[in-house]
Amino acid sequence: MEKLISRVFIAKVDELPKNLGKRVYVGDGNLELAVFKLANGDIRAIENRCPHKAGVLSEGMVSGEYVFCPMHDWKISVVDGKAQGPDVGCVKTFKVAVEDGEVYVLLGEAEEASLPSECSHS
Amino acid sequence: MSKQKLLLIGNGMAGIRAIEEILKLAPDKFDITVFGDEPYPNYNRIQLSKVLQGDTEIADITLNDWNWYEENGISLYTGESVTGIDTKQQTISTDKGRKIAYDKLIIATGSVPFMLPLPGADKEGVTAFRNIRDCEQMIQASQEHKKAVVIGGGLLGLEAARGLLNLGMTVDVVHLSDTLMERQLDKTAGKMLQKELESQGMNFLLEKQSAEIIGEERVAGLKFADGEEVQADLVVMAVGIKPNAALAKDSGIEVNRGIIVNDYLETNVAGVYAVGECVEHRGAVYGLVAPLYQQGQEMAKRICGTESVGYQGSVLSTQLKVSGVDVFSAGKIVEDEETKSVKVFDDWRGVYQKVLIDEGKITGAVLFGDTKDGNRLLGLINKSAPIEEYMDNAASQETGVDLVASMPNEEIICGCNGVTKGAIVDAINSQGLTTVEQVKGCTSASRSCGGCTSLVSDLVACTIGDAFEQNQKESVCSCTTLSKDEVIEEIKAKGLSHTREVMNVLGWTSEEGCSKCRPALNYYLGMLNPTGYKDEKESRYVNERLRANIQKDGTYSVVPRMYGGVTNSKDLRKIADVADKYEVKLIKVTGGQRIDLFGVKKDDLPSIWAELDMPSGAAYAKGLRTVKTCVGADFCRFGTSDSIGLGTQLEKKFEGMNAPHKVKMSVSACPRNCAEGAVKDVGIIGLDGEYEIYVGGNAGTHMRQAELLAKVKTEKEVLETTAAFLQYYRETANYLDRTSVWVERMGIDHIKEVLADEQTFKELNKRMDENMSVVQDGWKEVLEDKTMARDLYENVKIPVGTK
Ligand code: SRM
Ligand SMILES: Cc1cc2nc3c(=O)[nH]c(=O)nc-3n(C[C@H](O)[C@H](O)[C@H](O)COP(=O)(O)OP(=O)(O)OC[C@H]3O[C@@H](n4cnc5c(N)ncnc54)[C@H](O)[C@@H]3O)c2cc1C
Ligand code: SF4
Ligand code: FES
Repeated sequence: MEKLISRVFIAKVDELPKNLGKRVYVGDGNLELAVFKLANGDIRAIENRCPHKAGVLSEGMVSGEYVFCPMHDWKISVVDGKAQGPDVGCVKTFKVAVEDGEVYVLLGEAEEASLPSECSHS
Repeated sequence: MSKQKLLLIGNGMAGIRAIEEILKLAPDKFDITVFGDEPYPNYNRIQLSKVLQGDTEIADITLNDWNWYEENGISLYTGESVTGIDTKQQTISTDKGRKIAYDKLIIATGSVPFMLPLPGADKEGVTAFRNIRDCEQMIQASQEHKKAVVIGGGLLGLEAARGLLNLGMTVDVVHLSDTLMERQLDKTAGKMLQKELESQGMNFLLEKQSAEIIGEERVAGLKFADGEEVQADLVVMAVGIKPNAALAKDSGIEVNRGIIVNDYLETNVAGVYAVGECVEHRGAVYGLVAPLYQQGQEMAKRICGTESVGYQGSVLSTQLKVSGVDVFSAGKIVEDEETKSVKVFDDWRGVYQKVLIDEGKITGAVLFGDTKDGNRLLGLINKSAPIEEYMDNAASQETGVDLVASMPNEEIICGCNGVTKGAIVDAINSQGLTTVEQVKGCTSASRSCGGCTSLVSDLVACTIGDAFEQNQKESVCSCTTLSKDEVIEEIKAKGLSHTREVMNVLGWTSEEGCSKCRPALNYYLGMLNPTGYKDEKESRYVNERLRANIQKDGTYSVVPRMYGGVTNSKDLRKIADVADKYEVKLIKVTGGQRIDLFGVKKDDLPSIWAELDMPSGAAYAKGLRTVKTCVGADFCRFGTSDSIGLGTQLEKKFEGMNAPHKVKMSVSACPRNCAEGAVKDVGIIGLDGEYEIYVGGNAGTHMRQAELLAKVKTEKEVLETTAAFLQYYRETANYLDRTSVWVERMGIDHIKEVLADEQTFKELNKRMDENMSVVQDGWKEVLEDKTMARDLYENVKIPVGTK
């Protein structure tokens, strides 16, 4: 299937609060992202849907490269999207580009490609 | 040299455990492939009972997660069934058309539940209890239907019945025999069990033979051989299991009741092994994990070429996993002519214990009501110990820690996984383990049915001594070994001022902490330096950070303050107006005497608060929530004082306070205590000319009745005593301990003593005042701070089709 990679503007780097998540609605609401600016300055984007019970990860507590889901405290890597043991599951991750102090997220094919392989089992 | 190909059919408890054993002995010898027809990684089937009973969730019963397979280089095919084995070509084929060669093959296909071949057994709503799907089907049925019938009064049936009761269904248990669990219990214990379960709400239909399942498409009832009928929307068949040996049989492998194996778990075909519930060893078929794990261990040795004596068969022990019912049995359960027994029957406490003795040696045991001797008895039965060995110890009433201390090293602690006391102690000592979770990870003890968790905990306690106390109770979280008191001392001594600084200087193992320590440190820092510390919103739980409680769908609730539960038409009108304007999904009167608006979108929160123009009710806070009041002297014929007035004063004095956990108060104007002071953190009862102050009550997860802290004469004294009490709590409690836990730990007498010292009392009040002097209203703070409003409440919306 043909699918275009769209590159969408999220915010200016300075406008994103450190160690907090931003809730990003894409399109008509079927897809929601959680965008985080980590303590080390990295910006990461994952789907805003906890693998446990679909909690809004954007409101979780951010520690290092992990976000703790605000619903039941699952620990999710914002880098590869995997839930940390003993919990199992993962969320989609999205590529982020920063140019001239502006943050872009790459949607489209990239999302499939970055789905951790273990997820294809379930 | 290329690796040998090892293939496992059956991704279940016995097969995967055997693979774990093989990986231990020869980590690099095999290329391992696993087929399982269920769509999950290996999970703990035993815990399905607890899932059904609501004690745990399906997500939490995984034993080996996807990562485990990956890390060990195992190719896993789930949701795929092996349909043929060609033992000549040494290949297997699957229902997805795959064909794979093997050098060594392990069959671990488990059992299939036995379904009574009744007319109508194919109707919708008839299920077994074996796997996750069955479990989900039952949970689903309980949401739509009311009445369940479980056929089978054995272990499985009773656990299913208990689960269905917990799910809100009415449950009949149908059983062919006249006593329950007759394979594991004698008549006395069986009857005691029945009585106990009846009192839990189970209904028994004993000596009943099922004849037909009636209904249209879905089951409507069950008919018995005697013609009687009962109504049923769900029928669970738990009448037994049979080894799943069809695949082996069709492939020409020798099968009787199960797949026949020798002491090394080898079948009659070279290179083909079998393990688990699907096998028959020396005429015996097992349906519990302990023997299956022993089989796996012996098989692994053979496969890896290690010398061993082989599997010798097992003595079975059983435990019923129904909360509030303790039953245990092992070995022989009924006496014959030769057998003698030791019995204790205590009808009053509901305890029955029977130990069977043949020729002076212990051969079996049945315990009801008090089963803590169970594992020890199993050990004694296994080594045919003389009865004296049991009696000598039984007489002394030992506490848990003494009991494990006195156990010999070879005694089994975890029956399921065959882990001895010695093995656990070794692991603790050699790897510096300090918690039950770590022991579980290293030794597998308590990893299956969980029945031995308290023994393991006692054993950790007695092995590491004082360190256990510290570790279990006091380390702030797993990022550090320091206790709260140590952390606070260090913060004071070194003048630390940020959470990150505390973590760096005190050597946290993770750079940025976790969701446990971050909020705790944030609280401690603020408590120690109320006027100087800048609260870190990133270290607050979502509810506190956003000053609203998050709902399951990511919307929020709004609870404006209503001092003492008193409102007026103007406030009510404002509430009604914003409710309409923002189309809130639910308006509800809370248990805390105020009104809650549910289902508000995050980005609407600031404007709702602005329009309400009422103080925040702080329904999200680790701090003062509500002060509940009764009507009081102005209206009530029994009232002795102005409870509403005093409640309002308390609420105004302490609103906005930060505390280790939430604080709820109440004021009643007579001992009838209509504001429920006995279950509040602080509960005031007005009497004629005097006030009683009760503290440490809790009506939540762990109910606790409040204790009397003081009797005072004036409202001013009530306010000051409350302030001193709360400040002492703020300064000395662990973060997330309610006053109930804290009062229990400190002792009410100690707290009274501290407050009795006039100087201390004054200073506590002074520090409380200092703390309250910087407090702002949670909502106003947001409304006045533009960056905060943007950072926390604004979302980003991206239209479709952007490039
Ligand atoms: C709204 C309310 C239920 C209601 O509709 O009446 C409520 C709702 C919640 N309670 Fe409660 N509790 C409410 C009264 C109570 C009461 C009764 C009372 O206060 O009179 C109790 C038992 C009394 C007690 O605390 O001692 C109570 C014991 C709990 C507990 C267990 C606390 C404990 O120490 O064991 C929790 C969990 C926690 O706080 O960690 C909890 C947690 C919650 C949370 C905040 C769960 C959460 O973290 O998301 C709920 C928010 C629901 C939501 O979607 O907004 N709620 N909760 C009540 C709000 C009162 C208020 O006006 O502020
Ligand atoms: C509700 C419940 C409670 C229990 N409680 C206890 C308890 O308290 N204590 C205790 O010791 N035991 C208990 N048991 C029993 C215990 O779970 C079993 O003894 C154990 O799971 C058996 O392990 P196994 O590997 O032999 O079989 P299983 O765990 O059933 O694994 C076999 C696997 O092989 C798969 N399979 C079968 N055929 C094929 C094929 N052709 N191709 C691919 N895959 C296939 C099956 O789908 C299954 O996943 C309980 C069981 C249940 C259902
Ligand atoms: S009791 Fe409290 S926490 Fe539990 S569901 Fe009800 S409101 Fe939520
Ligand atoms: S929804 Fe995320 S932990 Fe439960």
